[in-house]
Amino acid sequence: MGKIEWAMWANEQALASGLILLTGGIVGVAGQFRGWQFAAYAVAAGVFVCLLEYPRGKRSKGTGVERTGQYCFTVCVKAFGPLTRNYYVRAFLHAAICVPGGFMLATVLGCVCLGIASLIYLVAAIRGEQWEPILPVKEIRKPVGESIKNPPQNPPPRPPGEGRRKQADLESAAYDNPLPVTDN
Amino acid sequence: MGNWIINHGLTSFILVVWMGINIFLFVWFYLLYDLEDRFFYTRHLLGSALAWARAPAAVLNFNCMLILLPVCRNLLSLLRGSFVCCGRSMRKQLDKNLSFHKLVAYMIALMTAVHMVAHLLNVEWYNNSRQGVYDKLSTALSNLEDAENTTYLNPIRTTDINLQQIPTYFVFTTIAGLTGVIITLALILIITSSMEVIRRSYFEVFWYTHHLFIIFFAGLVFHGAGRIVRGQKETDPPYNFTYCKDHIDEWGKNPECPIPQFEGGFPQTWMYVIGPMVLYLCERVLRFIRYMQTVQYRKIVMHPSKVLELQLLKNGFKMEVGQYVFLNCPAISQLEWHPFTMTSAPEEDFFSVHIRSAGDWTDKLIDIMQQLPEGAQGPKMGVDGPFGTASEDVFDYEVSMLVGAGIGVTPFASILKSIWYKFKESNPKLRTRKIYFYWLCRETHAFEWFADLLLVLEKEMEERGMGDFLTYKLYLTKWDQNHAFFMRVHSDEDTDIVTGLKQKIYYGRPAWDKEFEQVRKENPTSVVGTFLCGPEALGKVLEKKCVKYSDVDPRKTKFYFNKENF
Repeated sequence: MGKIEWAMWANEQALASGLILLTGGIVGVAGQFRGWQFAAYAVAAGVFVCLLEYPRGKRSKGTGVERTGQYCFTVCVKAFGPLTRNYYVRAFLHAAICVPGGFMLATVLGCVCLGIASLIYLVAAIRGEQWEPILPVKEIRKPVGESIKNPPQNPPPRPPGEGRRKQADLESAAYDNPLPVTDN
Repeated sequence: MGNWIINHGLTSFILVVWMGINIFLFVWFYLLYDLEDRFFYTRHLLGSALAWARAPAAVLNFNCMLILLPVCRNLLSLLRGSFVCCGRSMRKQLDKNLSFHKLVAYMIALMTAVHMVAHLLNVEWYNNSRQGVYDKLSTALSNLEDAENTTYLNPIRTTDINLQQIPTYFVFTTIAGLTGVIITLALILIITSSMEVIRRSYFEVFWYTHHLFIIFFAGLVFHGAGRIVRGQKETDPPYNFTYCKDHIDEWGKNPECPIPQFEGGFPQTWMYVIGPMVLYLCERVLRFIRYMQTVQYRKIVMHPSKVLELQLLKNGFKMEVGQYVFLNCPAISQLEWHPFTMTSAPEEDFFSVHIRSAGDWTDKLIDIMQQLPEGAQGPKMGVDGPFGTASEDVFDYEVSMLVGAGIGVTPFASILKSIWYKFKESNPKLRTRKIYFYWLCRETHAFEWFADLLLVLEKEMEERGMGDFLTYKLYLTKWDQNHAFFMRVHSDEDTDIVTGLKQKIYYGRPAWDKEFEQVRKENPTSVVGTFLCGPEALGKVLEKKCVKYSDVDPRKTKFYFNKENF
């Protein structure tokens, strides 16, 4: 298991936990369970965790796969800088968030799942992983024909072959050859 | 439309039957728990949440039974062999075993969610009943004790701890509750580690976490042992609900209304899952036996572009074209088995695999092999298989179009070699008259080990004057200025400069419309099988083209699409 990026799995687990916490919370509030206040908290916490975990980070090896429509979330999460980049912060954050879920049956499962996600994030942090946003790469297009405008400064060491000579004719050489160029 | 039926009909039928059974089970058990008199009093405490919990439980039983079956690959191989009489379509369904496994898993996840939510409601309402929050009848029912002549209905017996914690306490102190939480947790971990992202990139995490299914099934079997879903025992004469429910004070005193007695339902899950569990155990034992059989190395070759070829010998090993084996190397990992298509032909007396560097396991294998001294035997290797794939069908078609992308060409290496051998022996089993082969690749290095094979074939065909039998086109899909320039300089030479083959490399991707048109034109009355080993996207394109260029008229050209995937 040498090359695994734990953060990838922690992210899946945390997202799932967020959804479970949210579901448990909704059931607790809608059913007016005892301790529904904890359920209401779970709804808020679940939504928060989902929003935080939805944007997938960039993988250090290989290409990262984005989740649909994650760009706006990436921008928001990126705005918090080191708080969201560092996985120690996430690990402790999730551990803290999950605790109130343990006080009511409906949210217990969400609590445990989030706790597990927190542990995996801790492992990721210890291994030095970081959250990098996946942002679209702006392509720098080279101006067309730049190579034509900047021909080599020195002449080629040998007379060019058939194919190359045709190309040279088209380009109208922009330099002076110190030696006369003939094809033999 | 006709082509859709041919290509997808059987799969759709199986899915409809499966879904039908699921729906039937759900509705049947829902109505059972919602209407039967036995649960009249239970329903009074729980409402329809009882039925909403029991219906998904039935669907779960059914699907947990099914989920182990598609992954018993040796069993499936056995079925494949015995289906030889039943036609291509039936056998092709067995190739989709993993898709079915995933579908059943999704259903299990969905039903678990419904089941869990319903039980959350149940526990909460049981607790409230116990506290006397509801009407007199509920309180009376809940107060029924597990004494000598009454048996209780409400499984929550505690009343003296913090009210909010009673449900949690109840769940963690009953068999059903505890096993439920544990197996749901196992299920969640299995699901998150099986997401495509994790599975494709970090296979080991997926594989090891997936073994939590052992805990899942163990917990599942004991989940019902506590018998907390309670129905009323039969009385003689039959219990009169309409009267007795309003006259609680007369219970036990009025002969018409004896104190209601309850008993738990008989746990049934083990009946569903015990069969598949035994089958799966047999499957793992068989894999172990195969692993213990000695495998010798005939030759180890390191090809460019980090491709390792292993030629192996195993007693009693017989293969067909395009089949794959699972390899296990204890020096790298005790538990992992990885699939590789065989690149040798059945006519050869050894079997070979070409392994590309694609992750932890393959990298370590290549490392070990590179450090071996000349002529030494490699590390101990377990081989499970061979397992069948659709490539076996390639000789049944009069005309075949073979498309391989990158390393996906490996099953076709086996096929082309086998063709060569069958040709030499003039094997009558060979129904194929014409083969079109398309190889798409990104870089030239990967060509080299395969180019040798094509060179030999080319020569043989020329010698026998059978140049028409095999038409192949090689596509370099990633090219740059250097390639184009190089090609232009050497454009008037006879053979291709990169591979030395007579047929030139094409740059870019194939124009499939043109290719299919050409095949159709050259074979106006044939059945054409299209085989792909490559990415999903390309599969979809080819599938569409097959449908587009097929004629419903049985006398004209028909294209059938077959897909490989690992």
